[in-house]
Amino acid sequence: MKTITATSSGRPSRTAVRRKSGVLKDLYKNRSLLVMFLPFAVLLLLFNYLPMAGLVIAFKDFDFSKGIFGSSWMNPLLSNFEYLFSSDAAFRAMRNTVLLNILFITVGLVFEVGFALVLNEIRHKFFKRVTQSITFLPFFISWIVVGVFSYNLLNYESGSINRLIEWMGFPGIDFYSSSGLWPLILTIAIRWKVTGYGTIIYLAALTSIDQSYYEAAAIDGASRWQQIRHISLPMLRPTVIILTLLAVGRIMNADFGMFYAMVGDASLLFPTTDVIDTFVYRSLRKTGDIGMASAAGFLQSTVAFVLVLSSNYAARKIDKDSAIF
Amino acid sequence: MTAKKFSISQLILMLIVAVFSLTCLYPFIMVISGSLSNEQDIAAYGYTLLPKHVTFDSYRILLLGSHRIVNAYGVSLLVTSVGTVLSLLLTAMAAYALSRRSFKLRGVLSVYVIITMLFSGGLVPWYIICVRYLDLKDTLWALILPSLANAFNMFLIRNFMHSIPEEIHESAKIDGAGEFRIFYRLIAPLALPVLATVGLFMALGYWNDWFLGLMFVDKQELQPLQLLLRTLISNVDFLRSSGNAAAMQRISAQIPSESMKMALTVVTIGPIVFLYPFLQRYFVKGLIVGAVKG
Repeated sequence: MKTITATSSGRPSRTAVRRKSGVLKDLYKNRSLLVMFLPFAVLLLLFNYLPMAGLVIAFKDFDFSKGIFGSSWMNPLLSNFEYLFSSDAAFRAMRNTVLLNILFITVGLVFEVGFALVLNEIRHKFFKRVTQSITFLPFFISWIVVGVFSYNLLNYESGSINRLIEWMGFPGIDFYSSSGLWPLILTIAIRWKVTGYGTIIYLAALTSIDQSYYEAAAIDGASRWQQIRHISLPMLRPTVIILTLLAVGRIMNADFGMFYAMVGDASLLFPTTDVIDTFVYRSLRKTGDIGMASAAGFLQSTVAFVLVLSSNYAARKIDKDSAIF
Repeated sequence: MTAKKFSISQLILMLIVAVFSLTCLYPFIMVISGSLSNEQDIAAYGYTLLPKHVTFDSYRILLLGSHRIVNAYGVSLLVTSVGTVLSLLLTAMAAYALSRRSFKLRGVLSVYVIITMLFSGGLVPWYIICVRYLDLKDTLWALILPSLANAFNMFLIRNFMHSIPEEIHESAKIDGAGEFRIFYRLIAPLALPVLATVGLFMALGYWNDWFLGLMFVDKQELQPLQLLLRTLISNVDFLRSSGNAAAMQRISAQIPSESMKMALTVVTIGPIVFLYPFLQRYFVKGLIVGAVKG
């Protein structure tokens, strides 16, 4: 192509460019790179940066016809927040979000590290490969499908678990009206879906451990269990700490997909399952309470920001290369 | 290895893994079996591991009777293919630009991208921007555009491109190639492993997505498959009211709603499970590459 050869011929040497260059010169020189970056940048601007600016609606009396920036300010300014804090449901959603996340993180850690250790010990190559493929499978399906699965297992009339309970001679359990059981059910559902996936990084860390450590330990008479305790686990420590810290950074965010697909509109379950994301969604789309939704969303965004920054800072302290940024 | 191939402890470990694997498989088998069962069996025995009487009625009705389902399948296929191709192209181009060492602005532009990983406006402003300012309500674009650009994917690709030797650019430049040509002819083929992995993630994301549909799509003919499945599960009478009544009557006097739900679930999972065995190894490799230096 003519244009391509035209731009690259007759270019001054590198040092000469550096000496003379200003920002504009660099922009011009790399204009094709800029063009390549542009569509991505525009998308981020529209779908990430504009909503950030839109956070001001938490302080506004939002009127759809006037738009975010045309709507008038609340008077007093923090009324949306006062309203939010006076609501029991909002408090409940925040408490549930944090508590459920702590539960998911701790149980997840135990299961993923445990499963990685077990898989790593298994010597049968074929068995290992097949089971790893199977346990990875649930990661690929949507939460909607998981919702179908759980409904098949749990519903009162024909659910497999209730059939089993009745067959054993006990009265069935109406899971969809017993909120107390749902932290457990949701934890199991997550473990079912992502354990195979979550294990991969730990397994990779385990397989990268230098085998000579184990050989030396074996010569010194260490049992397999002692080798795990004194070699495998300490070597996993940095990975564990960093992944956990990063998970803590997201503690204010819930997986809307999971909650919506598994719990949906079952308001009987809200005492233990309503989280900020579902609360905000409901306020926005169902009850139309934009003031409340935007105040809750504002809190969530800002607290999450602080948490992400501090957990990443901590991760960086522990291992410079493992932090996201 | 010091351990013998078969010892008691090996057997116990294998048993643990086998039990967990079966737990992972069980719901899939149950759904497939349910989709092949007739309605009376499900009512009498609940969901069983093997169908007592095998029938393909529910699939037949699914394909012939309900135009909404066929339509939703089309929407999901279209959104997944267009979304994945566009997303991969734009993300890879941006990654290429940021991977060029001679590009002085790349520091500033990286920060521009990183900020979106740290801070977000949250659901409410995002929703209002999309509906009021970008006018995405009830359009196919609403299912594609909002998840087109993702910072994490971009960095995954950029890091991989970073590891490609700089000399390749130099020699291509000498041969008179411009940036677009270098990207398209040299770097993209070299970055194929990471492009395939990220592309798969994107395709999976689009296929499994229903959140965008839930937020922006009220029109029935634009509903993606996952959303339709959700509607079907929460509304038993849906099929009776949605299909081509005459066609359904011809196939079956009574519409098997339970096995239909299962059949739709199978159809929704279908493409992924068929692709899965071929893609999984690639996937795992890509994940580890991304995780080791994310």
